[in-house]
Amino acid sequence: MNAAWPLWEVFVRARRGLSHTHVGSVHAADGETALQAARDLFTRRQEGVSLWVVPSADIVASDPSAEAELFEPAADKAYRFPTSYELPADVDHM
Amino acid sequence: MSQAEFDALIDADERIEPDDWMPDDYRKTLVRQIAQHAHSEIIGMQPEGEWITRAPSLHRKAILTAKVQDEAGHGMYLYGAAESLGVDRAELLDRLHNKTQKYSSIFNYATPEWADVGAIGWLVDGAAIANQVPLCRCSYGPYGRAMVRICKEESFHQRQGFQIMLTLSEGTPEQKAMAQRALDRWWWPSIMMFGPPDTDSPNTARSMAWGIKRYTNDELRQQFVDATVPQAELLGLAIPDPDLVWNEERGHYDFGEPDWDEFATMVRGEGEIPDLRISTRRNAHAEGEWVREAAVAYAEKQQQRERVA
Repeated sequence: MNAAWPLWEVFVRARRGLSHTHVGSVHAADGETALQAARDLFTRRQEGVSLWVVPSADIVASDPSAEAELFEPAADKAYRFPTSYELPADVDHM
Repeated sequence: MSQAEFDALIDADERIEPDDWMPDDYRKTLVRQIAQHAHSEIIGMQPEGEWITRAPSLHRKAILTAKVQDEAGHGMYLYGAAESLGVDRAELLDRLHNKTQKYSSIFNYATPEWADVGAIGWLVDGAAIANQVPLCRCSYGPYGRAMVRICKEESFHQRQGFQIMLTLSEGTPEQKAMAQRALDRWWWPSIMMFGPPDTDSPNTARSMAWGIKRYTNDELRQQFVDATVPQAELLGLAIPDPDLVWNEERGHYDFGEPDWDEFATMVRGEGEIPDLRISTRRNAHAEGEWVREAAVAYAEKQQQRERVA
């Protein structure tokens, strides 16, 4: 019998007020045991207050070879950033 | 991505991520190195694990249990990093069990006395930290991230080991003698943990060009000796190297040549202890088989129930 456990991605909320952040992965038969493994592996030293586990196979990722077409157009749109607007010296706190 | 884009990322000291294109040799080198590193972590549980039931106090037992649990965790972080390169964890374990992949030969030494637990934490984990801190900046993202987590936990390991050595050194003459014997046993193996001398390390240049390695074996070895000698002096223990002397001109300690023939023997992994390490590991894996199967069967049954409901 093939007893291979699927892979789960683990996300930890470091403390209240922060979002869950990816920390690594675990193998487990189901979500419940994946949570237990994630707890033992990633939060032995008060690293978090909440855990998510997500089947790795369910993650839809952008294609790394499309990095340029997806993310580079922002580079020539400096006007989207506040730093591209010069203000008179008298104006502060804007 | 192409070779040119890969080279540009490496030249810019950027990180390579799992789905990026990478040269076959880069991938193979990383799989071999990360797998060997992972194997070392989980085999490394054994020499110290032997002392959990014999630790001299409940406090030391709790510390040692936490440390050995950390080593298991480090193995899991690293197997996870290796898997991101497209290999299967079960296959890596098979290769450890059938001896086609290695683990660090430092774990082929015996731990006959309690002070060995102290010396391992102080020296072996100290040498591991010297090796691992630069790996946090490894060009392969998942490996570097795993190393950041590991280094954070290792520093507790080194301190608890040093504290055992300090307690013994300040104890009875018998206790201090035991600490000295442990230093005598572990000094040279720790020096050899950095691998063969640069003149005999054919892959170093390539690994450095790829940003996998940041310093050569000899550079790290020197750094370790320079950091450790004053600590031994503080303990009042003698490092078993007659050639060890401060070199004012270089600003470093000069030290003797390790027994590289012994190193080669240990790396080959022949003998009673290596056999014990692998058979213990194989047995643990085989005895856990029914648990892995039962968990899968339970998960399948739950899924079927959900579908019916």
